[in-house]
Amino acid sequence: MAKEEKRLLEIKDLRKYFPIKGVKGPGVQAVQDVSLFINKGETLGLVGESGCGKTTLGRTILRLYEPTGGSILYDGKPIYENPLGEDGQPLGKANAVNMLPYRRKMQIIFQDPSASLDPRMTVGEIIGEAIDIHKLASGKADRSDMIKDLLRRVGLNTEHANRYPHEFSGGQQQRVGIARALAVKPEFIVCDEPISALDVSIQSQVVNMLEDMQAELGLTYLFIAHDLSVVRHISNRIGVMYLGSLVELGESYELNRHPIHPYTKTLLSAVPVPDPKLSRTKQRIMLEGDIPSPMNPPSGCRFHTRCPYAKEICSQATPKFKEHEPGHWAACHLLDE
Amino acid sequence: MSAQQEDKKLLEVKDLRVSFFTPAGEVKAVGGISYDLNYGEVMGVVGESGSGKSQEAYAIMGLLQSPGKVIGGSITFEGTDVLALSKAEMTQFRGNKVAMIFQNPMTCLNPVYTIGNQLMEALKAHDKTISNEDAKKRAMEMMEMVGINNVEKRMKQYPHEFSGGMRQRVMIAMGLICHPQLLIADEPTTALDVTIQAQILELMKDLQKKTKMGIIFITHNLGVVADICDKVSVMYAGKMVEQGPVDDIFYTPAHPYTIGLLRSMPRVDAQDYERLIPIQGTPVDMLNPPEGCPFAPRCEQCMKICLKKMPPYVEVGKDHRSACWLRVAEQMDKEEA
Repeated sequence: MAKEEKRLLEIKDLRKYFPIKGVKGPGVQAVQDVSLFINKGETLGLVGESGCGKTTLGRTILRLYEPTGGSILYDGKPIYENPLGEDGQPLGKANAVNMLPYRRKMQIIFQDPSASLDPRMTVGEIIGEAIDIHKLASGKADRSDMIKDLLRRVGLNTEHANRYPHEFSGGQQQRVGIARALAVKPEFIVCDEPISALDVSIQSQVVNMLEDMQAELGLTYLFIAHDLSVVRHISNRIGVMYLGSLVELGESYELNRHPIHPYTKTLLSAVPVPDPKLSRTKQRIMLEGDIPSPMNPPSGCRFHTRCPYAKEICSQATPKFKEHEPGHWAACHLLDE
Repeated sequence: MSAQQEDKKLLEVKDLRVSFFTPAGEVKAVGGISYDLNYGEVMGVVGESGSGKSQEAYAIMGLLQSPGKVIGGSITFEGTDVLALSKAEMTQFRGNKVAMIFQNPMTCLNPVYTIGNQLMEALKAHDKTISNEDAKKRAMEMMEMVGINNVEKRMKQYPHEFSGGMRQRVMIAMGLICHPQLLIADEPTTALDVTIQAQILELMKDLQKKTKMGIIFITHNLGVVADICDKVSVMYAGKMVEQGPVDDIFYTPAHPYTIGLLRSMPRVDAQDYERLIPIQGTPVDMLNPPEGCPFAPRCEQCMKICLKKMPPYVEVGKDHRSACWLRVAEQMDKEEA
């Protein structure tokens, strides 16, 4: 997997709050000042438990959710800009561009294929709609060729264009979802848990297909999943999120071998390994309690309430997200000593 | 319970067949499976959705939904023929002897009753003479046993005030409150995050050691199987294709489906990128199952006979058997030599 060292996407202090009606305050603090970049042709994995904001981050990057603050640069150009001031609040009115031209370049594959395909449209119509919106086809014949080509590419038959989503199995539906995303010839795709709704024997088929597409079309992926072993397999680098914050980011195998943030360590030790002997000897770091509410996150480091190594400073100051080893970033006070 | 009893047979299932009589035809959800379970043993049942792994468990509990029916075979629990029990006897059998916990703890708890109320109800249903105070005491003991703090307060709370992991703990407490000898866990950790899953698995192992009950653990996650199970049954399209001690299944699998499943997952100890090897094809359409071995259409080593006749079980090791013509052929070669 060769990759050019060119930043395709960069986000700075990206923040997304969901206000709650009738409740004072910022509401649900789903994504808290996340900064990262994705190189062209690379796959960045994003892992974390449910409610950690990984899906929200993916959607906010595409501006399917309007950000609350921070900035998003695509190919060097800002598509959203509202930097945070000294007090940590967004400075004012956001500079936001029209997304339509960018929708062609940035696409998404959703988690639940049966819920994300319109049951009243045929597969051909679903894929064709994307082609129509961006006026990519020169005529009817061209359009139909494009649809057939896409179906073939994702391993479906061309006759499948006339069928409805319910006539397909889960794995095939996800292939349709992938074909729909590819229809506009995008450069960047957010894969939001694309395989977690699929059967085990089908998951690897889809993973391999995503890899083939990437090699063939030079795609860049943001791969969101909670299955760590799959994320490690497909990603060049992995980011770990906890309660809206990015806590660690590093090269994927390096991060698995030497996690430096206490949360990443716990997360990795909790993954059940399909190897009985290894499983018996594996040391688990058990976390106490549950993930706190993002409506009222803990002060300082958001992980300090469950962290086995928490110190006084952890509850007082927010740790900075810093590069501790080349390419290996983390936000933890313990590493600053 | 004494050590002698541990090796005693708790449950014996012989040639169990479950069919669903749908308007479109008969669906043989479970097509003749047999196994034994001893006291204090944890058996994993692995399979994809639609492989019949849940229906087989529902049959033991007498919970098959219409139009599903047990059409053959026997289930013997501590010497009692379960299939011959009357409705009233079955009600006593469920809960007292066998308990079940389900995948989604939210849909299994009644949202309008307090947790304490629901736990006490389970007790009272099986012991009409128990006083309210005793029931409350037992309920509180159970909640403490499954690791819920602040029991007094928690008893008065409603399901929505509990997190997913806590609800699953409540379900386990409810299942175990009448001291059953067999616990059937139907994907109990699938809906949970990995760190919470690790907590629940530890809890189940712990309780199992204390109570010496048998557990049937239904899951599609091979990592979970490696972690908690003593032996494993692998199901495919209603057939048990392989069965054996957990180490044998993982280190010397003898059925192409098991081999394929293990190979299609990213390796645990992978230090660098390795391409996945998926199982080709799609799961079986249970309305029109193929003749012969159900896995044959997807099997790389498929032979002529595989498409015609279901292979018999071959002992490939101690307590390790597999239904595959390849193993039959090997066996015959051995006998000739």
